[in-house]
Amino acid sequence: MTPSTRSGQGARQTLMQEAAKRVLISDGAFGTQIQNRKLTEADYAGDLNLPADQKGNNDILALTRPDVIADITRAYLDAGSDIVSTNTFSANTISQADYKAEDKVDAINVESARIARELADEYAAKDGLPRFVAGAIGPTNKTLSLSPDVEDPGYREITFDHLVEVYRQQAAGLVQGGADFILIETVFDTLNAKAGIFAVKKLERELGREVPIMMSMTLTDLSGRNLSGHTVEAFWHSVRHARPVTIGLNCSFGAEQLRPHVQLLAKLADTLVMVYPNAGLPNELGEYDEEPDTTAALVKAWADKGQVNILGGCCGSTPEHIAAMAKAVVGLPPRELPEPPTVMRLAGLEPFEIAA
Amino acid sequence: MTEQNIANFVNIGERTNVTGSARFKKLIMEGDYAAAVEVARQQVENGAQVIDVNMDEGLLDAVHAMTTFLKLIGAEPDIARVPVMVDSSKWHVIEAGLQCVSGKPIVNSISMKEGEEEFLAHARLCMDYGAAAVVMAFDETGQADTKQRKVEICTRAYKLLTGIGFPPEDIIFDPNIFAVATGIEEHDRYGLDFLEAVKEIKAACPHAKTSGGLSNLSFSFRGNEVVRRAMHSVFLYHAIPAGLDMAIVNAGQIDIYDQIDPTLREACEDVILNRDVPGEETATERLIALAESYKGKDQKAEKEAAEWRGWPVEKRLEHALVKGIDAHIVDDTEEMRAATDARGGRPIEVIEGPLMDGMNVVGDLFGSGKMFLPQVVKSARVMKKAVAHLIPYIEAEKDKLPEAEQKTKGKIVMATVKGDVHDIGKNIVGVVLQCNGYDVIDLGVMVPWSDILKAANDNKADIIGLSGLITPSLDEMVTVAEEMQGAQMTIPLLIGGATTSKVHTALRIDPAYEGPVIHVLDASRAVGVASRLLSDTQRDAFVDDTASDYVKVREAREGKTKNPLFTLEEARANHYDPFYSDKPAPPMQPGLHVFDDWSLADLRDYIDWTPFFRAWELHGNFPKILDDEVVGETARTLFDDANAMLDRIIDEKWLTARGVCGLWPCARDGDDITVYLERNEEHVVLPMLRQQIKKSRDRANMCLADFIDPAGDWIGGFAVGIHGIDEPSRKFIADKDDYSDILLKSLADRFAEAFAERLHKHVRTDLWGYAPDEQLTNDALIREEYRGIRPAPGYPACPDHSLKPMLFEMLDAEANTGLTLTENFAMWPTAAVSGLYFGHPEAEYFGVARIGRDQLEDYAQRRGVDIATAERWLRPNLD
Repeated sequence: MTPSTRSGQGARQTLMQEAAKRVLISDGAFGTQIQNRKLTEADYAGDLNLPADQKGNNDILALTRPDVIADITRAYLDAGSDIVSTNTFSANTISQADYKAEDKVDAINVESARIARELADEYAAKDGLPRFVAGAIGPTNKTLSLSPDVEDPGYREITFDHLVEVYRQQAAGLVQGGADFILIETVFDTLNAKAGIFAVKKLERELGREVPIMMSMTLTDLSGRNLSGHTVEAFWHSVRHARPVTIGLNCSFGAEQLRPHVQLLAKLADTLVMVYPNAGLPNELGEYDEEPDTTAALVKAWADKGQVNILGGCCGSTPEHIAAMAKAVVGLPPRELPEPPTVMRLAGLEPFEIAA
Repeated sequence: MTEQNIANFVNIGERTNVTGSARFKKLIMEGDYAAAVEVARQQVENGAQVIDVNMDEGLLDAVHAMTTFLKLIGAEPDIARVPVMVDSSKWHVIEAGLQCVSGKPIVNSISMKEGEEEFLAHARLCMDYGAAAVVMAFDETGQADTKQRKVEICTRAYKLLTGIGFPPEDIIFDPNIFAVATGIEEHDRYGLDFLEAVKEIKAACPHAKTSGGLSNLSFSFRGNEVVRRAMHSVFLYHAIPAGLDMAIVNAGQIDIYDQIDPTLREACEDVILNRDVPGEETATERLIALAESYKGKDQKAEKEAAEWRGWPVEKRLEHALVKGIDAHIVDDTEEMRAATDARGGRPIEVIEGPLMDGMNVVGDLFGSGKMFLPQVVKSARVMKKAVAHLIPYIEAEKDKLPEAEQKTKGKIVMATVKGDVHDIGKNIVGVVLQCNGYDVIDLGVMVPWSDILKAANDNKADIIGLSGLITPSLDEMVTVAEEMQGAQMTIPLLIGGATTSKVHTALRIDPAYEGPVIHVLDASRAVGVASRLLSDTQRDAFVDDTASDYVKVREAREGKTKNPLFTLEEARANHYDPFYSDKPAPPMQPGLHVFDDWSLADLRDYIDWTPFFRAWELHGNFPKILDDEVVGETARTLFDDANAMLDRIIDEKWLTARGVCGLWPCARDGDDITVYLERNEEHVVLPMLRQQIKKSRDRANMCLADFIDPAGDWIGGFAVGIHGIDEPSRKFIADKDDYSDILLKSLADRFAEAFAERLHKHVRTDLWGYAPDEQLTNDALIREEYRGIRPAPGYPACPDHSLKPMLFEMLDAEANTGLTLTENFAMWPTAAVSGLYFGHPEAEYFGVARIGRDQLEDYAQRRGVDIATAERWLRPNLD
């Protein structure tokens, strides 16, 4: 185990300090980068002797081809990432069950975080600029808010307690491996995210220190709601108790489609705003073909208006996209945090405030 | 964030609480969750901003009931849009609930009942789940009853909570509302203790909120709904200003404070505020005694109400439409729709069948004079709500439907023409037409002809209807007719509005357009006209009859020996000659006087109700009209509704009355009045018009200038307006409540007139002060028994609307009152009055009537405009 160079409160403070100076850059997608390497089943499976095929289980590569993961992370750091995330979107017992790799979950998370940590520290040592590791937690493919059975709207595939335990386990592994933050990303179900928050809080109590959360919602329609139906503002009210060090949006759309929602969030949230859109919308073949300069110009527009603190990429984005973004925002002032009044903020699917 | 999502006082719905609603309890006990979900839906539709869910019932598996219900409502977007209050006395039920709620809910409740440790453990869990929390004023020794204990416990809890980082804005204190008027003396202060405690808690605990369960308060009066409602209303009336932020209450069971019987209200107030009352009895005893007299009342009303609720659904729909009752219309419509659906019918059939049948009854009653406009508009409100409920179903199947079947009786495009802002009459006609199955496309006010024609084309309209109130609108209507002709349109053109007339329509509009042009006298005729125009069998005859009628009007006009005119010179020679020695003394307070916010309560006493009823097409003088054999009942209902709205307008400060008046030195110069303004050296010349029709020897040819002394005199001017109707109006329209919207607008008009009356009095008694001792009743004021007049530009004595901009300039009215003028000199907002003050005791109102070409030319020159312009302005006074 590699000890983390920064942890808890320290990481929060350092990130806030850096974000006050400039627009920070996180990384881009792992999936497309891994695909480009045309790995074989043997690459994926390694000598783990798991009872199912592993091809397509990108997260397992941390154990079987750590060099690939390290290469990609290095490419993003070279491109200018201040924050690198772990390749652990599906490294939880629910998703790993598809590959019968549930007992590798701890190891995947610890190793993935360790790879990212070592590289982050290596680059930080080179130029003195801090680098951060975000331990990525995906939403799983189960949802707490919706029934998979249209005939039985009261049915749920999973319980809150179960999901809390799944998330807690993953977060514990990531922190152990050296992650600075837990990035709860691609939140399509707000209640799943709340279970994630609950899990991290539980972990904090076990560890006796803060584990700062980064929170990123994903919209499923252009009107600005996620799959569980929450508006951006209602989502913010629902997760604000996490005191997330960043709040933002990722995936689902390109920068162009996210624009109005970024603008709204920028006004709303008294914490850092991090947005990492897809590289445009997929073409007829399901490929992302938005040029790096195009994406960079779109996200730069947010930085120009002081609406974002951290920019990065999601599906389809490459180190070239990240490099273009990093170049585009050099010298631009970062978003200043608003100071919203202290009022009671509740939410159903829509926000509700009770005036002071 | 929309306004709707920010609240100052929150009513928390209690219908989804098994301890608060017997019906809900029954549904849950029987496992009828589908019906239980509908209860929640209805609550949200009725405006609950947060819904309280409570399953604390001994015989229930509360965890199962709570989680099942919350998951089910979570799947209903129109319910789940509002936050949930997870309510239980058992923490494990609350926690099970929190695991099913995806937004940010409220926990109800946690307390120090079992000690600090458990309290804080629960509070931490609230923080982990992301919930606000109601904190009961309860500690290890029990529930707080006195003010001191309430404040003590809450401030202690506040310190503990903020000590562990609980956000103060997420704390809601419930300092316990207990039953009062129990007969036990120690309970007498419970109401007052709560109110005082709320105030202190809010002061001591920054950002924290307060809440309470209202129903406890009136526990002693179980079964007596009238008294319970009154107590709740009175309590909230005092608690909200004290700082109460929310209450768990059935919003439908609160009365309007002002509408509670004053005797009962005072008795409730005595009990709640623990006031000493004179006499032998205590406040409690008096309320108990009084309560007896309210017991029967409600039951009778309930019985009556219950009776029609037991009828078959078609009959209920008709009853609701005829009586204008909207309370159950959505439920009944849904029942009808479901029944129609069950027998394979389509949702549109509900409209075409029972709803139109009901409206036909309304139409027949209206047509035969047995029902009156206010009732029709109320019926329309009910109809609109029913249709709104059906529209999603109709839309859903629309794609499957051939266009031919998506029929209405006809499409009518309506507009108030360019330059005019008056829309009450147009709205009434629109509502009446809609009730009768016409599709009305209302373009609003100040609509240029191009927009009217475009809308008619785009919508393939069957008829265009134009409305206007001020005289320049008559010309604008001619323009629309000419443009329709230019566009080679053929659809009928309807003309309506206060200044329009059959004569004007026949003389000026009809010749401009070859298609049918019909003047519609009032709203009650609109349907008859529309239906005949769109009938295959009646149309031609009707159009021909009207056309030949108009030809006759023109011929009659042609051949009519007009009253002979004097020349302008002769008329001037026959001017009115007042005793100038009687002219009023100079004003006590000359110059401009601005009133930013005249008390609406004061203006209420100056309302002239007769024109109000006339606006609603109820003819007769107030107050006699209230006892009229035919329209009396309708008039009384309308009058009650109007007064109820006035209460709210005044209490809730919907409107603002702004006004300005000025008093200036002046002199007569021929037919001009030269006004000397203080603020600059310049003077303003107000040209006046003179009667020119030949009079018998002893009667003068009047001109307003005659009342002014050429040797020096004083004149006044004023402009008053009522601001603020937009917001409530928008809400009414969103709520499909045309009745209230029209009521509001007609009341705003009354306020403007009342303000003009009130300000004139203030001028006579104080500002000008020529009648300091005037003591006139409102009736006498309405009969104009005072000295002096206030003629308005655009009205008979001073028919030129274009003097308004000059008057506005003199008064700096835009800046001083927020009133603006349209290009045709209509004032905006619409509820506004402006005019001149003449103080001479002999000054009186008259009509200028027809003038000659010589005066037109003279006037144009004095006014400094070309003849064509003057002609346009003075059209109604020319041949």
